[in-house]
Amino acid sequence: MAVNLRESPSMRIHRFHGGMRLDLRKQAALARPIRACPLPPELAIPLATRGEAPARALVAHGQRVRRGEAIGRAGDAHGTTLHASTSGTVVAVEPRPLADAEVREGLCVVIEPDGADEWLRLPPIADWRAAPRELLLERLRDAGTVGLGGGAFPSAIKLAAAQPTLIVNGAECEPYVACDEALLRERAEEVVAGAALLAHVLGAARTFIAVEDAMPEALAALEIALHDAPFAGAALAAVPTRYPEGGERQLIRALTGREVPSGGLPQDIGIVCHNVATAAAAWRAVARGEALTSRIVTVTGAGVAEPGNFEARIGTSLEWLVAQAGGYTARAARLLAGGPMMGIALPHDGVPVSAATHCVLVLADHDLHDDAPELPCIRCGECARVCPAQLLPQQLLADLCADDLAGAQAHALADCIECGLCAYACPSHIPLLDWYRWGKAELRAQGDARARADAARGRFLARESRLARERAERLQRSAAKRADAAASAQPGAPTSPISKDAVLAAIARARAKKRPPPAGGAPKDGA
Amino acid sequence: MRRFPTAGAPHLPPPTRVRGVMATVLLALLPGIAAHAWYFGPGIVVQIALATAFALGFEAMMLRVRGVPAAPFLGDLSAPVTAVLYALCIPPLTPWWITLLAMATAIVLAKHLYGGLGRNLFNPAMAGYATALVCFPHALSQWLAPAPLATHALAFGDTLSAIFLGHLPPGLDLDTLAQATPLDAVRTLARQGMTMPEIRANPMFGDFGGKGWEWIANAYALGGLALWWRRVIGWQVPVAVLGTTILLTLPFWLADPDLHPFPLQHVFSGGLMLGAWFVATDPVTGCTTPRGRLLFGAGVAVLTLAIRRWGAYPDGVAFAVLIMNGAAPLIDRLTPPRAYGHGHA
Ligand code: SF4
Ligand code: SF4
Repeated sequence: MAVNLRESPSMRIHRFHGGMRLDLRKQAALARPIRACPLPPELAIPLATRGEAPARALVAHGQRVRRGEAIGRAGDAHGTTLHASTSGTVVAVEPRPLADAEVREGLCVVIEPDGADEWLRLPPIADWRAAPRELLLERLRDAGTVGLGGGAFPSAIKLAAAQPTLIVNGAECEPYVACDEALLRERAEEVVAGAALLAHVLGAARTFIAVEDAMPEALAALEIALHDAPFAGAALAAVPTRYPEGGERQLIRALTGREVPSGGLPQDIGIVCHNVATAAAAWRAVARGEALTSRIVTVTGAGVAEPGNFEARIGTSLEWLVAQAGGYTARAARLLAGGPMMGIALPHDGVPVSAATHCVLVLADHDLHDDAPELPCIRCGECARVCPAQLLPQQLLADLCADDLAGAQAHALADCIECGLCAYACPSHIPLLDWYRWGKAELRAQGDARARADAARGRFLARESRLARERAERLQRSAAKRADAAASAQPGAPTSPISKDAVLAAIARARAKKRPPPAGGAPKDGA
Repeated sequence: MRRFPTAGAPHLPPPTRVRGVMATVLLALLPGIAAHAWYFGPGIVVQIALATAFALGFEAMMLRVRGVPAAPFLGDLSAPVTAVLYALCIPPLTPWWITLLAMATAIVLAKHLYGGLGRNLFNPAMAGYATALVCFPHALSQWLAPAPLATHALAFGDTLSAIFLGHLPPGLDLDTLAQATPLDAVRTLARQGMTMPEIRANPMFGDFGGKGWEWIANAYALGGLALWWRRVIGWQVPVAVLGTTILLTLPFWLADPDLHPFPLQHVFSGGLMLGAWFVATDPVTGCTTPRGRLLFGAGVAVLTLAIRRWGAYPDGVAFAVLIMNGAAPLIDRLTPPRAYGHGHA
């Protein structure tokens, strides 16, 4: 089969606006091969995600579970299945602290490993190329395959509708984070197989496997893997190493020159993006019947003694993980879930690895050292120059400082991808990203409040009109009865002594009498 | 379990700070200052020192009055930038009290009464200079003849006594030392009915602008390019100012070179080069959107030319910048960039 191994030089890589070249600092973590993180004494598998629906455990205290056994459904709208990440006994089902900015605590199934690490596999679908897509989608749902690039969004949902273009994203843009590069160096064939699988499920005619040009080893490994297992429409692309090149929207622009419409999804322009680790996990789920029970986590920074990439079970505590990386150094000063640009600073390391934990970064005090205080905005425009969403961050700041949420909305706050570049580039050291996260939360809360108010108003109006209708019917009935009585008493009299006007007047009188006095706070716009 | 203090993302210390930006601006002004000193003597150095001292003094005073911690703001170097830009606009022997008045206007009125760093609507240096120019038009037109044409070179001590005491060495007075600036000369002589080639035959003119002046302009351009290369300023404002000046004057000059100055003469005269690279690019009082910056620069050029042609002052860069400062917020509002995912792409 003639396959385009590396995209021909004619392939144009488009430039996205803004972005910055950052000091990558990935070498420390890539110096050693991926290490398997030993089983900890206890695994706390988080069920809850950011969704509103409560998470549900499928197992009870004391129950024995095997690796890959379904133990719960996430609280997200899609009810993602979560699995035991080793065999052992359920010792607790309780809320535990999580490594999430918004959900500080969530329901976890706590398992005490028995050391046997016994698998409960789903039946492998070896011949997936011949399998119907419905079956494959169901498998990905059952195996709990979610995005491993940090979003943890259920993969099956993104694959539900056929799309012409698939992008398999290996362009890790944040400094320090090296789990995807480690995966590509060591297991490129799984990624390529996964890419072929996802392309098959999507019915994609074109598949880009994208890495950054600063990853020559990964690119070489991919070339070999694609040479050994070529599939139609596949192309490798090396994109410039420029943060946030690995951001979904920026990568789409770089590879296709197109932009995801504001408020929309890549699917709206016929594109689906999956992370390389997600592709590999999807392939394992299908071809080996293995549910998602582990992921590669980069543990790095000057605050850990032996940085590296670890294949860690979901539910492993960061404390245990960092201990495997030689523990903290004397200068450890900040613990992050994620990279240095977008990562979340954690108050402690007693939180478990989840599917979204791609990096545990421990920064040393000298990384954070910055004695310059925050100054007012000098309108230098540096933030706008680097903003990959082409926003005017200084304008957004002015809006939010003035409590002008509508203004911020008009300046497209919702399109901010929270890359953190503006705050990084700001010479006045204004915590712009904090402002935007706050503003977005306010807008969400406002939206929720408005939705609640709308719903309440809707209920009120519906009740009012129902009551009015019932009263009108009652009045009509009694009027009709009286009319009947009158008609029977006085044969020959006009059939209807009560005119329609009189009925309407009576309704109006009744209504005026029955209307509740305008109590404080009660909505008055009942009309 | 180990505990850590938390903070918002991003977690890397920013690579730049306001002080660094301002220091780069000051460094980029060095060639211009050196050229100025070369052609006009040590006056500029005295004026810079004087203006900086006044500016910092007023800055400290205003920070105190406003109850703002002084340390971070005094160190941000924005007041020295204001002082240097002002000093580069005035004749080297300007009396010290004019500089005092100008810095009071610049720092107290234009900067702190508007809310201090980042909040001022008008460029403080230009506000100070324009005030001094309006109040003391004569003193601020007493430019010395540049070195190649000067009959006397003033020593440092003479310069000091001229600035502080108003005394010149015996046998000299300002009228002997002073020479009309090339812009002045063009204006006056043209009003007397001389043609451009006749005017330019005067030995005060060099290749493009005035002798000496054009080299100072070159030095500003050099510093400005360095600022652009260091990414402290964008290309839009200088390109718009200089490009508009050339585009607007070219047709006139082509139509009648006797009556209208050569376009590059405009560019290399007066404060246009300094204005294009260092004043109109002031972030605080300029536009922040890319298209806004183009409009802002074009506006500065058009107004400068209009003032040069019809105004009461020989050069109009300061006034042009101040007028455009007033329009900048509106321009910004009208020229938002297209955000990612909005509109066609
Ligand atoms: S980078 Fe900072 S100082 Fe510059 S315009 Fe943006 S917010 Fe203002
Ligand atoms: S955090 Fe938002 S506003 Fe700031 S640079 Fe990134 S996308 Fe732009």
